[in-house]
Amino acid sequence: MMTITAHPKTARPSHTPVTAMKKIVILGATSGIALEVQRQLARRGCELLLVARSPQRLAETQADLAIRGAQQVSTYSADLASIEQHASIFDFAQRTFPGFDTVLLAYGSMHNQKDSETSVDILMEELQVNFVSAAALLTLFAADLERRRTGCLAVITSVAGDRGRRSNYVYGSAKGALSLFLQGLRSRLHPVGVRVITIKPGPVQTPMTDHLPNSARFADPERVARDIVHALERRSPDVLYTPKIWRYVMKAVQEIPETIFKRFSF
Amino acid sequence: MPGQSAATLCKQPAAPRPTERILSWGRYPKIAHQHVHKPAWNDQLPEILKTAGPGSLLPYGLGRSYGDSCLNAGRELIDCHRLNRILGFDDSTGMLRCESGVSLSDILDVFLPEGWFLPVTPGTRFVTVGGAIANDVHGKNHHCAGTFGAHVRQIGLHRSDDGLVICNAEENPDMLRATIGGLGLTGVIAWADIQLRRVAGPWIDAESIPFQSLSAFLDLSRDSNDRFEYTVAWLDCFAGKTARGIFFRGNHAADHGKDLHPKRGPKLPFALPEWMLNRYSVRAFNTAYYKIHTAKKGAAIVPYDSFFYPLDSVRQWNLLYGRQGFLQYQCVIPESNIGAFEELLERIAHSGMGSFLGVLKQFGSAPPAGMLSFPRPGLTIALDFAMRGERTLKLMQSLDEIVQQSGGALYPAKDARMSPALFDASFPRWRDFIPYMDPKMSSSFWRRVTGAQ
Repeated sequence: MMTITAHPKTARPSHTPVTAMKKIVILGATSGIALEVQRQLARRGCELLLVARSPQRLAETQADLAIRGAQQVSTYSADLASIEQHASIFDFAQRTFPGFDTVLLAYGSMHNQKDSETSVDILMEELQVNFVSAAALLTLFAADLERRRTGCLAVITSVAGDRGRRSNYVYGSAKGALSLFLQGLRSRLHPVGVRVITIKPGPVQTPMTDHLPNSARFADPERVARDIVHALERRSPDVLYTPKIWRYVMKAVQEIPETIFKRFSF
Repeated sequence: MPGQSAATLCKQPAAPRPTERILSWGRYPKIAHQHVHKPAWNDQLPEILKTAGPGSLLPYGLGRSYGDSCLNAGRELIDCHRLNRILGFDDSTGMLRCESGVSLSDILDVFLPEGWFLPVTPGTRFVTVGGAIANDVHGKNHHCAGTFGAHVRQIGLHRSDDGLVICNAEENPDMLRATIGGLGLTGVIAWADIQLRRVAGPWIDAESIPFQSLSAFLDLSRDSNDRFEYTVAWLDCFAGKTARGIFFRGNHAADHGKDLHPKRGPKLPFALPEWMLNRYSVRAFNTAYYKIHTAKKGAAIVPYDSFFYPLDSVRQWNLLYGRQGFLQYQCVIPESNIGAFEELLERIAHSGMGSFLGVLKQFGSAPPAGMLSFPRPGLTIALDFAMRGERTLKLMQSLDEIVQQSGGALYPAKDARMSPALFDASFPRWRDFIPYMDPKMSSSFWRRVTGAQ
């Protein structure tokens, strides 16, 4: 009885994109921040390829985005953390979604830090999901964009990667490594005109952070998504802190001498 | 703890999760919950329902219920705001399928530009579809469209005992009737099919008419109900039996080509100090409101949001009533008992505790869509009382007497204090509802008015 129809909506008048952001691959499309980003892209009439693990969740998200104005929504179900599956993900994107201009990497995992202090398995999984698999996947997509000399790679890392903290250094080191990886990648791709955006959100109210204390005070994912979409549309910045205040907070945190910082328990 | 050995510490049950305080719209009562689940996907609900203890859960939407019907003191809530996906839309019929956490505001944003409108809307757009069903909300078109529940064709309901139950006119029709107006106690709505209605555009042909007495209001209302889809009145509750107010009526306007640019209104950043709200300031506000609207009476074409949702233009307006919060009183009194209604107004005026925005509406005679639906033929009035302790509760108790004697009813979605006796008088069939409850669901409201554990 139910049919899903896409309404080809035109872009809102208030919005004047600088870049040609039209066809977007989203890696980790069912993550809390990605869901909000996708809605805003749908409203702009973008075409989306969603990659995530659960076919059921992908189908629900696909229906929602098509009705909210996305021009075309396709999905591919795969485990992004598993490097063996990367080739098929990339192949699917190239075959069914040719000429994509933006890739947003939005998946991650945050275990309880205490668990990864006692279990090497959990530690390795945390590094695998947040850094190793992300670097592997980005390498595939970067080579393609480099060859085509166009497009944008946007990657969600974290402010946690700016300094190792007692309570969160495993997640932080994986995200920090990813940020370093992106610095080099940006420099490599700059001459051919491919953009690399490092997105560093502060704590955001998503399922990933629900277990943390004070999660009710974290940033609203919709607001974070607005900043991300804005950054995708503009030519700057290279590194996006969202909410903006975290740029200054992290600058201050990075200035604290290690002899003092090691005594902090947060 | 000093002196306690590690062994005894280990025997303690796992530390309870941090208590989470969630307030309803009236910010009264202030109670803590043991845990708030925040599922992001429907596939997570069976697990939450399975692992919970009996009577421990309650679905929660955007917290726009005023009292304790959306709270579950000391127990758990299922916050449904992330279950906000639109799953299907048939643009030849206007049938919408969406998850329960989708807000009416979201539906308007997506579908009004396509020429579709809500079949029924309450006075705020910031409620979820699940909440609109669970409270069987009504709006300015009750006299011709009935309640929100009357436009729900089908639901998928997660139950702790039966899994996902499909309810429509053929399958489990009783469970559908129990869930409409069922205060979230029959299970968690996974998705609902809602019949939207066609409109030409976002504009309303509106008219406002001052009136000076209750009988003048009734004449206006009777005269308007068959010509106007939307009717409602604002009442100056300091005026007593003389009941002055402004009558608003309107219809969807034919499209006149103009675009509507939504504006983001101001936001009340914190609770106002309580001395700012007193009988003089409120009386002055009411007089000014009456004078302004009397001066600009007449017909005009207005945007739909200023017609339906004037209060939404100030975000968090509930902070106006200070830190203690406020209570809303909404009752319905049969029209045959107009004397009782006058006495009610008299008592409110006499107390000097009334507030802005007394809202008056004549309900239509549509049969109720749910087992515990509140709307029924008669006059309904809704007004706010700043919570000032015992004297506020006393006044409301004295209003209860009038409501109960006149054969009226009180609205659970607005209530934080009605007695079990008044609930029984308002909803004499509540015992028939019990078999449809999900054994894992309960609420502060339900325990208070029924004595359930």
